[in-house]
Amino acid sequence: MNKQIAQPKPQPTIKPKMQSQFLQSAVQEDSEPQPSVISMEDFCAWYGDFQALHNLKLEIPENRVTAFIGPSGCGKSTLLKWINRMNDIVPGARASGKLKLPDIDILSRSTDVVALRRRIGIVFQKPNPFPKSIFDNIAFGPRLHFSKLPKSDLDDLVEWALKKAALWNEVKDRLGKSALGLSGGQQQRLCIARAIAVGPDILLMDEPCSALDPASTSRIEDLIFELREQYSIVIVTHNMQQAARCSDRTAFFYEGRIVEEGATQDVFTRPKEQQTEDYVTGKFG
Amino acid sequence: MAVNLLLGSWVSLPIDGLSFERLDSLLYTFFGFVALGLFVGLVFGAWSVFPNTSFWLLCVVTSASSVVILLILLLSIFYRGIPAFNPPKDDIVAELSEIDTKLSALAADSSEAQELTARQTELQELEQVIDTSFLNKAPAPGAREAGIGPALLGSIWVCVGCAVFFLPLGVGTAIFLEEFKPRNKILRWFTDMLQLNINNLAGVPSIVYGILGMTVFATMFGLFGTSKDPFIELGTEFKRQYVTEGMQVVFIPTDSRDEEPELSDGMTAFKSDGSEVKLNIIGDDDDFPEDDATLNVSLFGDAEGGVVADNAWYSFRLPLGRSVLAASLTLMLVILPVVIISTQEALRAVPMSLRQGAQGLGCTPWQTVRNVTLPAAIPGIMTGCILSMSRAIGEAAPILMISGIVAISMGPQHLMDDFSILPLQIFYWAALPVNDADPHNFQHVAAGAIIVLLLVLFAFNSVAILLRQLAQKQLS
Repeated sequence: MNKQIAQPKPQPTIKPKMQSQFLQSAVQEDSEPQPSVISMEDFCAWYGDFQALHNLKLEIPENRVTAFIGPSGCGKSTLLKWINRMNDIVPGARASGKLKLPDIDILSRSTDVVALRRRIGIVFQKPNPFPKSIFDNIAFGPRLHFSKLPKSDLDDLVEWALKKAALWNEVKDRLGKSALGLSGGQQQRLCIARAIAVGPDILLMDEPCSALDPASTSRIEDLIFELREQYSIVIVTHNMQQAARCSDRTAFFYEGRIVEEGATQDVFTRPKEQQTEDYVTGKFG
Repeated sequence: MAVNLLLGSWVSLPIDGLSFERLDSLLYTFFGFVALGLFVGLVFGAWSVFPNTSFWLLCVVTSASSVVILLILLLSIFYRGIPAFNPPKDDIVAELSEIDTKLSALAADSSEAQELTARQTELQELEQVIDTSFLNKAPAPGAREAGIGPALLGSIWVCVGCAVFFLPLGVGTAIFLEEFKPRNKILRWFTDMLQLNINNLAGVPSIVYGILGMTVFATMFGLFGTSKDPFIELGTEFKRQYVTEGMQVVFIPTDSRDEEPELSDGMTAFKSDGSEVKLNIIGDDDDFPEDDATLNVSLFGDAEGGVVADNAWYSFRLPLGRSVLAASLTLMLVILPVVIISTQEALRAVPMSLRQGAQGLGCTPWQTVRNVTLPAAIPGIMTGCILSMSRAIGEAAPILMISGIVAISMGPQHLMDDFSILPLQIFYWAALPVNDADPHNFQHVAAGAIIVLLLVLFAFNSVAILLRQLAQKQLS
């Protein structure tokens, strides 16, 4: 939590990105279990009278990528929005049960939502850069949270975040230009950089690639793979291949319940439940 | 044709009470409706048979007629109004005074003098022409001497005052209704009612707001006294005005409106230029003074003075009376619903994803509005405000209820001052009888004032549109 976010973190070494290696690495990591960063138990959520989530029990491991898969309307996005309390503004939305970070009860009324969202960044389905310059987009969060940040530190921070999001080389000459002039994939990486710049521990991604072309998708997937060294990532996806490619653990949701949860390798190759097998093999969904 | 028939019937109806005339007019009405029905039937018939051609034709006819109507409107205004924009007559005035000096030196019956006199009459006629000096002259009984100076200044004062009130109030209300929707059921019911009210108020005729403004702002339901005897009065100094036996005006300062100063021999008074004089009071036993110097400062002991009020620039009173402030607030009421609705539309046009993005970064609701939503909505908000301002500057009806002053010698000096506005002045002049024989009557001054109003409007709009373009450029 007390990261010195103004100081650039060491760059992780970039690994060759081959699909097989992704899976291989996932298997390797799984052998040594990580402490959980978000834990939930008996978690239920409602929209008005409609119960969207039923008694969820899930541990999300630190510095791993956890994928939520499942058909539309099964509650994956709802869960994601509850994790950083984005559902607060939705009229009629409420939740019960346990949803905790190691040190904070997320659902508690006394939780400082602003501080919580600084720890848990979120990236949305559609890239949503602000209608400002590229620099201002990245500097937006730090400026709000760290008043009187010196200009040089801010420059360093923006550069660090853009490098982290693998965007620096493409935009370093036009930081003052409008972010709306970037391509869709670049915009989404900008949004990831913007989320990183605030210094979160956890990154939530709500179908980050569903509005992008395959080339951009593959770049974002590479990025997710690199980011997991420092962040715990939760990704909601409709794309089965994507979940298989870039996640360590997978939870399969169906009608507001978690049907199966485990190492990605296991869920995709040796599912325990018939429903999961049907879904991952494309028989329904 | 149908329109003609209809019109004919309505016009002939009230002329006399003869029964056959009435029958006649009823017949006309009947034929008129038949003709109208035929016309509508023809159009719809044509529409169903040749829909594409008809639609195209309708588009062409409507757009062409709107252009023609606009052209006729502008032409008629400029035809009447352009004479007001003659160049100033400084050279004529100079030549006239030159002739005056020459004439005084000449014998009256010399041929040169007659020539000069002829030239003098010619120039004097020319001098009667309305010119651009009407822009800063005050209204006068004669069209040639009348000007729009005070009204123009009054319009600017009232509109700026109005903008000061409606911008924060309108935009603030819209932000509250759009961005801070309460989750509480009772509060939500309250905001829904508010929204319903605002939507309905947008269509209320402005004269209604005039009555409202008069009751609420100008007289304040009579709860705080009258404007002559206000409940609160700040920054106003009173004095009594006396006319001495030598027909000189002197003032004696007093502490309040009602205080009548005790006149005593040798007391200090002020002349209108501010210089001090010692008063001479004629008692019952005194002789009436003879010399002018004494007469000029002499008053009878029972002389009565009129109350004169001097307002400082910060003066304030409650109720507001016929003041610029009351008018600004009333105009604000007129345009507030429009401002709120257009600002709400602009805020609604900002994609939800931007708000979510900001909140995801840990913005509080206010930070989201301040840093993301409002900047993105500014161009749209400004468009609404421009249109509202244009409406405000052209409104005559609400102000008519508050201040019907059309003969005022000076523009307002402070927020509590009397004032007139351009539309009111135009309305008054345009309603005066037309003398077609006179080429320079009030209708020309009124038309000139309309052109000035249009120019002010145009200036307002172009500045605002420029600002909007700048804001838009910054965003994209």
